Amino acid sequence: MTDTYTQFVNSAFGKQVAGRLGMPRPAALRRYVPGAALIDGPVLVGGHGGGPLAKRITALLGHAGVTVVDELPAGGTVSGVVVDLSAARTPADLETLRALVGPALKVLAPSGRVIVVGASPDEAADDVPLAAVRRSLEGIVRSVAKELRKGATANLVLVRRGGEDNIDATIRFFLSGRSAYVDGQGVEVGPIEAGAAVDAADWDRPLAGKVAVVTGAARGIGASIADVLARDGATIVCVDIPAAGEALAKVANRNGGSTLQLDVTAPDAGARIVEHARTRHGQLDIVVHNAGITRDKLLANTDADRWKSVVDVNLMSVLRMNETILAPGALADGGHVVCVSSMSGIAGNRGQSNYAASKAGLIGLVHALGASADLHHRGITVNAVAPGFIETEMTGKIPLATREMGRRVNSLAQGGLPVDVAETIAWFAQDANAGVTGQVVRVCGQSILGA
Amino acid sequence: MAAPRKSTPTVRRAAVLGGNRIPFARSNGAYAKASNQDMLTATIDGLVARHGIAGERLGEVAGGAVLKHSRDFNLTREAVLGSALDPTTPAYDVQQACGTGLETAILVANKITLGQIESGAAGGTDTASDAPIAVNEGLRETLLAANRARTTGQRLKALTGLRPGHLVPEIPKNLEPRTGLSMGEHMALTTKEWGITREDQDELAALSHRHLAAAYERGFFDDLVTSYLGLSRDNNLRADSTTEKLAKLSPAFGKGDGATMTAGNSTPLTDGASMVLLGSDDWAAEHRLTPLAYFVDSETAAVDYVHGAEGLLMAPAYALPRLLARAGMTLQDFDYYEIHEAFAATVLCTLKAWEDPDFCKGRLGLDAPIGAIDRSKLNVNGSSLAAGHPFAATGGRIVASLAKQLHEKGAGSRGLISICAAGGQGVMAILEGA
Ligand SMILES: NC(=O)c1ccc[n+]([C@@H]2O[C@H](COP(=O)([O-])OP(=O)(O)OC[C@H]3O[C@@H](n4cnc5c(N)ncnc54)[C@H](O)[C@@H]3O)[C@@H](O)[C@H]2O)c1
Repeated sequence: MTDTYTQFVNSAFGKQVAGRLGMPRPAALRRYVPGAALIDGPVLVGGHGGGPLAKRITALLGHAGVTVVDELPAGGTVSGVVVDLSAARTPADLETLRALVGPALKVLAPSGRVIVVGASPDEAADDVPLAAVRRSLEGIVRSVAKELRKGATANLVLVRRGGEDNIDATIRFFLSGRSAYVDGQGVEVGPIEAGAAVDAADWDRPLAGKVAVVTGAARGIGASIADVLARDGATIVCVDIPAAGEALAKVANRNGGSTLQLDVTAPDAGARIVEHARTRHGQLDIVVHNAGITRDKLLANTDADRWKSVVDVNLMSVLRMNETILAPGALADGGHVVCVSSMSGIAGNRGQSNYAASKAGLIGLVHALGASADLHHRGITVNAVAPGFIETEMTGKIPLATREMGRRVNSLAQGGLPVDVAETIAWFAQDANAGVTGQVVRVCGQSILGA
Repeated sequence: MAAPRKSTPTVRRAAVLGGNRIPFARSNGAYAKASNQDMLTATIDGLVARHGIAGERLGEVAGGAVLKHSRDFNLTREAVLGSALDPTTPAYDVQQACGTGLETAILVANKITLGQIESGAAGGTDTASDAPIAVNEGLRETLLAANRARTTGQRLKALTGLRPGHLVPEIPKNLEPRTGLSMGEHMALTTKEWGITREDQDELAALSHRHLAAAYERGFFDDLVTSYLGLSRDNNLRADSTTEKLAKLSPAFGKGDGATMTAGNSTPLTDGASMVLLGSDDWAAEHRLTPLAYFVDSETAAVDYVHGAEGLLMAPAYALPRLLARAGMTLQDFDYYEIHEAFAATVLCTLKAWEDPDFCKGRLGLDAPIGAIDRSKLNVNGSSLAAGHPFAATGGRIVASLAKQLHEKGAGSRGLISICAAGGQGVMAILEGA
């Protein structure tokens, strides 16, 4: 979908006009291209109290061929700043962050990255100042994200005790073009069961050898998820209703995958998915619950059918399929489940009480499964993305004024692309990301809705 | 890959691994603008996607169409080149009227059986909407004469032969060239000869619709059909069809009081395409595909309908005893019967003939009649009266559906396919559940 506004304001003439009129000028975002550098240009890394995690981050960046600096290069720019505040004890320690990040923002390159690393506020026990400073980081990141321009983003990585060794995939994600439309977000990284592998052999094909199922894969975001998972090395099974079969076949064929035509609300949908993946591809490692519908009406005017169909397709089916998929012997140990929630499930949306019920319900589901000791033991992660305004056929049908509104009310002043949602899902699906579970990441350019 | 061997044929089983078709559409409707090549390509792509074999080189693809443009001389190969299959997959066209789809499957299965190929796809396509229109014979002769002319003068002279009447195009008709009768008219003669009642025909038609509708509802076609151009079910299907409704239609074929064949108990002109995937057990295992059924045997018969010795669509009646004798089976040994419903009366005449001692003795030379079948095993998921009948696509529809039925029934179950064809031919095959 072309965003004519963004094209216009980035043309030579448009830049002038937009500048004079004070119109927002959405930047062209840096997006991931296979084989390209993780991030171009130097990354400033520092931290408080010796920055216990900064050392690991410096090493991983060095390994990835990124130039790491510990102070701003005179007269030059930086492409990213990573600041480790995991050792901060009181709010006074935040000065380290100000002193390091503040000046860096002045010389941050377009599509630059700010990553704040901290420890989980949940683990501050009864140390009140500690809980306070850990929580402060979120406020800082959310504000910095709003301050940044030219496609730059700021995100927060909170590390739980024992999760220190599992942060690589997340740091890489936030620095890379894969996270282009993820802004002002926080992710918690926790410990994993001993023995689970976290080293990705090949960061360009992190899903090699995996079998992934994507529901609702015939078009829109689902088709993009299938493309990205296949690009990252997975064998894909594309699921959609029989009526979408023609488009579904194209998605499967261009990615060398297979199609499975079914309605996710069928009682045996989970069993058929597991059976297909295992007999046809030998295993099942990744499931993306993306199929979804809307039947918008004010609660005052809606009816039982509209209510039921949305809750059935978007939520009940996922609960039901998960029973089979998460039963022993179905999804492989170390597997990943990703749900596609929505900003409406967080912020609510007029006329979408049924949809918001379903999408908020998915968040509840993710939190519950993320806390499951059994799944933790089996190394299975369950996470959700919550897309904001994404340019698809669906949003293309929204009336122009409303659509413009939807596009602009976020820190990046533009709509996201299906690929942005897909990249976030592909990151959740990496084995190297085994420490991330029970998380909901918004892919919304830091929309002001529900923030 | 199979182990290298000297070229002595090894006889082995050819498995049906799955199938795909696009929903069948009544002509001049949903697929009015789709060509045979478009439909066949989409059908191959759906087959490839369902089985996850994009980029794969198959041993061969055999296909065909009954109504065919001259530009489509290499129809199946062109469809393969436009599909997601490896472009080094060879292909060829077959034309045996309505028997085309089944005949292609037999050809590919036989090559697999002989060890000449490991895998293949077979099927066909037809459109009565995008049918070839030939120029009027007078116009054609005049233009050819002008083309042969050496000088401009000669050319102009040849062209002065043009007449307004030459502009009337020739639209292909469903006529037997040697009798000038349409297939329906031929069938009406046989229907009358066998005394098939209107009620029986309407009942068979209503049942076909009900069976097909139930199969869709059950999700039976979820892995047999891929939507196309906005259609996800055969649009000839009338789920609420009843004998009462069918009884209201006026006869379309035959004359006078005795005319019993209507648009309701005859197949409509239809557009569509189908393909089945076949392979050796080894190839199936290498590709993690589950054999649904195996080809056991097949037989084609032809009758002399021109001189009135037999009805145009009665050839399957003659193929059956030869097929049964080879297989050492009786007609009653099957779990399913798939008898193509060109017309309801075709099925009923054929069944009646097999029950008739005089026919079986006089015409088939058998000591005892072949006998009746258990009708509850006939066309259990609907057939051509409900789905429609894009001529060359019917065989693939039946092979794939029957193979799935037999697989569900269990290993060793048996099914019989019978398809009548223009030119007084009939193709039959036996499949065994895997
Ligand atoms: N587009 C956005 O801006 C946006 C924002 C937030 C969340 N989402 C969510 O992202 C997901 C994909 O959205 P999209 O914009 O690509 O929508 P879309 O309508 O383009 O695609 C959804 C796909 O799901 C399939 N589907 C619907 N019901 C199904 C069922 N019962 N069984 C199997 N498949 C079924 C559809 O056939 C379709 O191919 C949905 O869950 C949606 O709620 C989208």
